[in-house]
Amino acid sequence: MTHNDPNLPAVEGDPIADPGLPAHEWRPTDVDERAERRAERQVATFFGLSVVFAILFVVAYFTFEVGEDADTLGGFGASTVALGGTLGLALLLIGIGIIQWARKLMADHEMVEYRHPAASSEEDREATLAALDAGLQESGIGRRPLVRNSLLGAVGALGLPAVVLLRDLGPLPWSDDVVDPENGGGLEHTLWKQGERVVRDVLGTPIRPSDLEIGDLVNAQPAAIFELDENGHHVLEGAPLQVAKSKASVILLRMEPDDITHGRGRENWTVDGIVGYSKICTHVGCPISLNERTTHHLLCPCHQSTFDLADSARVVFGPAARALPQLPLAVDDEGFLIAQSDFTEPVGPSYWERG
Amino acid sequence: MLLLGLVMTGGLYAAFSPATAQQAQTDAQLVEQGRELFLVGCSSCHGLNGEGVATEREGYNIGPSLVGVGAAAVDFQVATGRMPMASPSHQAPRKDPVYNDEEIAAMAAFVASLGPGPAIPSEEDYSVDGLSEEERQEAIVRGGQIFLTNCTACHNFNGSGGAMPRGGYAPSLKGVDEKHIYEAMLTGPQAMDVFSNGNIPPEAKRDVIAYLKSLEEEPEYGGFGLGGLGPVSEGLFAWLIGIGSLVGFAVWIAAHSTRSKKDKVEA
Repeated sequence: MTHNDPNLPAVEGDPIADPGLPAHEWRPTDVDERAERRAERQVATFFGLSVVFAILFVVAYFTFEVGEDADTLGGFGASTVALGGTLGLALLLIGIGIIQWARKLMADHEMVEYRHPAASSEEDREATLAALDAGLQESGIGRRPLVRNSLLGAVGALGLPAVVLLRDLGPLPWSDDVVDPENGGGLEHTLWKQGERVVRDVLGTPIRPSDLEIGDLVNAQPAAIFELDENGHHVLEGAPLQVAKSKASVILLRMEPDDITHGRGRENWTVDGIVGYSKICTHVGCPISLNERTTHHLLCPCHQSTFDLADSARVVFGPAARALPQLPLAVDDEGFLIAQSDFTEPVGPSYWERG
Repeated sequence: MLLLGLVMTGGLYAAFSPATAQQAQTDAQLVEQGRELFLVGCSSCHGLNGEGVATEREGYNIGPSLVGVGAAAVDFQVATGRMPMASPSHQAPRKDPVYNDEEIAAMAAFVASLGPGPAIPSEEDYSVDGLSEEERQEAIVRGGQIFLTNCTACHNFNGSGGAMPRGGYAPSLKGVDEKHIYEAMLTGPQAMDVFSNGNIPPEAKRDVIAYLKSLEEEPEYGGFGLGGLGPVSEGLFAWLIGIGSLVGFAVWIAAHSTRSKKDKVEA
């Protein structure tokens, strides 16, 4: 095989003769007119059946009630099976029809396409480079640095309007006008504050230390989560509630007081062997309450970070870099568990400014 | 000490094994009957007086102390077949119970006599039969919230169970007796945390059980549930079976093509 491309090395004849393509074998539908007509009818039948199933879907939609007859047809429900089956068959029959059409009736001649080099020819490339060079010379951008530098300055200054315009895409979550430390705003504060009662999650009831036995694990929230206004409506609802819960969720574990290794300065953070920690993993923020009572190891199911709840929740395994923040616990006048203060460090995963 | 325990166990077994047949008339007799069963079946790991058998390695034991675990713990462990264990291990798998109800009651009475602990709950503690349909629906909804907050971490959102550290697992809650679910919360068997009545009140426990039972009764509207294990089993099914069969089908289509030996007749 020879070629005329100047970019490729010359070929001195082929060492092995090109055997060429095998003789083309035609399909029955190409050589037999009756087979061709039969295939045409087949394809049309598939498309026609698809129409039937589309209509049956509409019929089934109005005949069966959703959720009704849940015990029919293997417990899947008549409506579910009928809707899924008819729509699925309608789509499948279109697909089968098209494949049958392509395989039996569409053109069946074999084509050979040779690959060509993707680059432009040598002349074109030289001409383009010459044109670019001429443009640079004529504009004088190399000779007139004043013009060049002032243009760079003008384009760069266009960034300023963009910054001003797009600034309100989102205030930084810790900027002054968002953070409301009194109400647990921002990344560094939660709803916990001095005297805030620790209540059971979902139930919202306060907890006495004597309620809990050794080995009791409590998923708890600050009482403010369940606070009601004068009309009996929840003060926190919707997204603010979710944000507050996602930061303030804690787990309490009561263990043998002798088993606890207190962190420095945290000697009075527990009550009768009850420890409280943030429920939010310090790796990427999954809520964790997967605790092994016998080892008091708390495991995060997302990436297997493991924290030792008897030892300031330090990381004993996994990708988490920091211990879970500990909630300093105390008891109020009525004997219920309260927080001594907010967490002393931000909860959840690390972020840039946290350092 | 171990040898002494074994000798005594064997000796006592020989002496007292026909005792199972006798009808326990009084609490004292029941406790005595339970003690005999305990000495035969449990004391090799839990000690002759249920004080536990410690290993030489500090903080570990062959069997923990049973003082104060209460009748509920015995009823749960023995009636679900977890105890007696086939071999000492940190995972006690559920199996067919070895003892009958009468024997379990006797052993529970004996262990309860060792120290104060949770009693076996009665049916009104966990049954929602006495409630109206509306109250029952409310109980199921509330129970679902409590379950999703406290239990899902280990037992999966569907109660299907899940993996735990070092090869352990949290068992599936499907088909578990209401009483045993209640007792498990009350006593915290094996590595499970305790959810005592001071932690999750009795009524809330009942709601959790109502929710779990409602899951079992719920028809699978979406077709095959694949064990309710979440994205792993579903993704595996979609990638291997779903996409795999599509690829196989495409290969089959491309590989099968009828060809004729005849030549085309040009019109």
